[in-house]
Amino acid sequence: MRFDPELAEIRFGCGLSPRQAPPTGPQEMLAALRAPDRATTDWPIPGFDGALADARAYSAARRARKAAIAGPQFEARNKDLKRQRALMRDHQADWFLRRLLRCVTTEHGFRERLTLFWADHFTAQGKIAALRYGATPYVESAIRPNIAGRFEDLLIAAVTSPLMLHYLDQHRSTGPSSRRAKRVARRQGRVVGLNENLAREVLELHTLGVGAPYGQQDVRQLAELFTGMIYNIEDGFKFAPGWAEPGAEILLGQRYDAEITGLAAIKQALRDLARHPATADHLARKLAVHFTSDTPDPTLVAHLADRYRATSGDLIQVYAALLEHPASWQEALSNVKPPFAYLASACRALAMPPAALTKLNRPQVNRVFLRPMQRMGQRWEFAGGPDGWPEADGDWITPQGLAERLRWCMSVPTQLMGTLPAPLDALQDALGSRATAQLRFVATAAETEREAVGLILAAPAFQRR
Amino acid sequence: MTNILPSPSASLSRRSFLARSGLIGCSLAASPLLTPVSFAAAPWDTRLVVIILRGGMDAVDVVQPYGDPAYAGLRQTLRGGPQNGAQDLDGFFALHPALAPLMPLWRAEQLGFVHAVSTPYRNKRSHFDGQDLLEAGTPGLHQRRDGWLNRLLQVTPGVEARTAFAIGQGEMKLLQGPAPVSDWSPDAEIALSPQAERLAGLMMEGDPLFHAALAEALDLADSARADAATGRAGTTGQRRAPPHQRIASYAAQQLRGDSRIAAFSINGWDTHNRQKGALTRALRRLSDTILTLHGDLGSTIWDKTAVVAMTEFGRTVRENGTGGTDHGTGGAMLLAGGAIRGGKVHGQWPGLTEAELFDRRDLMPTGDVRAQMGWIMHGLIGTGQQAIGDVIFPGVEMGADQGLLRR
Repeated sequence: MRFDPELAEIRFGCGLSPRQAPPTGPQEMLAALRAPDRATTDWPIPGFDGALADARAYSAARRARKAAIAGPQFEARNKDLKRQRALMRDHQADWFLRRLLRCVTTEHGFRERLTLFWADHFTAQGKIAALRYGATPYVESAIRPNIAGRFEDLLIAAVTSPLMLHYLDQHRSTGPSSRRAKRVARRQGRVVGLNENLAREVLELHTLGVGAPYGQQDVRQLAELFTGMIYNIEDGFKFAPGWAEPGAEILLGQRYDAEITGLAAIKQALRDLARHPATADHLARKLAVHFTSDTPDPTLVAHLADRYRATSGDLIQVYAALLEHPASWQEALSNVKPPFAYLASACRALAMPPAALTKLNRPQVNRVFLRPMQRMGQRWEFAGGPDGWPEADGDWITPQGLAERLRWCMSVPTQLMGTLPAPLDALQDALGSRATAQLRFVATAAETEREAVGLILAAPAFQRR
Repeated sequence: MTNILPSPSASLSRRSFLARSGLIGCSLAASPLLTPVSFAAAPWDTRLVVIILRGGMDAVDVVQPYGDPAYAGLRQTLRGGPQNGAQDLDGFFALHPALAPLMPLWRAEQLGFVHAVSTPYRNKRSHFDGQDLLEAGTPGLHQRRDGWLNRLLQVTPGVEARTAFAIGQGEMKLLQGPAPVSDWSPDAEIALSPQAERLAGLMMEGDPLFHAALAEALDLADSARADAATGRAGTTGQRRAPPHQRIASYAAQQLRGDSRIAAFSINGWDTHNRQKGALTRALRRLSDTILTLHGDLGSTIWDKTAVVAMTEFGRTVRENGTGGTDHGTGGAMLLAGGAIRGGKVHGQWPGLTEAELFDRRDLMPTGDVRAQMGWIMHGLIGTGQQAIGDVIFPGVEMGADQGLLRR
């Protein structure tokens, strides 16, 4: 395998840039994952505590408004609530820009790509107004710090995050024979019980994969084992023994007894799931699809799975396996960049000054990025379901999705930068040695600089990686 | 900069230009997306339009049960009935004043309602989950990742990409899944000069996925533009029609061609505060949408059309403290078109006394939205009951034929 710096930046990073030098080799890319995370100090984003603080303020404002209903203070309280809502929307726009700027300015694009990959693998989102914009802080707390450790630690961090418990209804799941279930039955005459949603998705999406040898009985047992994991907006995650189903559960032949060891039993089950051979296959395939092609080379998938099993899911070792395999370095660009990565790479290729982005207010962020992304098929922080965004190229390059990409390329760079780079320079910056004679012709044949630069960014060679 | 490419004469249609420039024509067979009108035979002849009303439409305020003795005591600022400006429908129900423009359709028996229906969703009252379930069409949440309208396409032979259209910018989960579907938003104009368009075509020629998507996008944008030019897009004078009307126009235009199904959303039904104004605005959008479909489809196609509007859940029967209503359970469907049996409020009315309510707060659902939709598919498209109960709406209790369609 011959290392190709440009290809490394395009396929495993955030795209070429005239400002940042591409990586010199796999060692540098992997070492950067162990080094301090500079992007988070350059562009800080609050962790999930920040989202919980927003949620508390929102709930308090809502309670105050409810208490004021039909009274003289109602209009004032209603204004307070609206202000809090607006503040949270401002946060969302600001955090979006910071995530974008990390991709635009980083010298370690692989870290951004892995963060996006695992954030998608562990998709979680807010289903109520108080947590509506919790996804970015969740990624900051649960995903990003854990992308270069063992998969089991990443799994535990994601699955026990308040946002995941909320998104997949775990915080409502009660052991049918638990103390809480008995109390609710006695006092309120209601039956409360299990919700299998999180347990099912942990097996199907996060670990073993849908085709793996597990059954409904395992889903049920894992759901019973998960009972007791709840959250509230005051304390975040909590393990509440009163909610937990008494006795031990048997999952894939292993026995776990949370009644004796509490949360430790749940974590042990997650570690065992992480180390299951089927999990190695499932994650290997997902990584190969995401980084190389919708139809990845089977030897690459096998190589990744073997490395995962040999190292008990040491992710750095798995990434090393990815970067050393010849199939990762096929010349032809295959995967279509999803909208967020595409727009980030366009800003990066144009060397957009950070100030051009940081000066945008919320309505502008919506107009320039979030609404176009939604029209391109990627609603920021709200994938269609817990399985996250699609990987298939055809899901992104639909007539409507492509039309929106063209529209963005033709109008937004000029709006943001005023002065665009000269077309032939932009072409060189964006595609390096992949700037073909045909693209040089396009860059010079367009009637305006704006269209020339737009067309370069719309080139299939720039939309794939 | 000199333009080195010949520019097409203005009289050439884009299609013929595309054909000449190789964007379509020889690659037609190879293009999975391109099914020009003249090449495709639609698999059936009737038309179905599904409108998702997102936010939870207040059925009790739209189709007002003023004849129910318990109705008057439930609402203070949201008083309905003919004495408050509503249109009497049948001596028991009255129609919200904002839907008055639809009364001619009601009298022509081309507008109807199904009252007190819901999905199987109960007790949680979350928009997010409620809409997921409405679009998945399953008994419970998280049982399928595809949508019921896509599954209808999966069990119907002869479906092409253009058979069904998801229109507008919001996600339409009910059409997502393995069967081919087109998506387009009338706002998604391709703002390219003729020269840029040619250069884009040149650049994408070597990449079949991009090439096909570009050709299809240009074609779709073209027809949307042609529509605007002929004044069909609900344009009044020089003013551009509002988005919901453009979507309805675009849907009608596709349905006049080879498309048979169109789906889109109308938002704005979550009326917690000051419902009077908010619901009026949302209903005007709905009314405009239906009148635009009616006008743009033309009577021949309108006669074979069923428009079905549905919502994730209804709202509380009692007004809350801020002149609005909160998330409830039982709701209503709106039916329009020449194919439906209108002039009637279908369904079984549960009553409004405390004991008759769901959870002592919501309209009690007496019917399943999926069963109503199943009968409509069965009568309109000929979908077999087994396919409906096994695949499209797994486990649905179809019950007896509701007679929602004109026979």
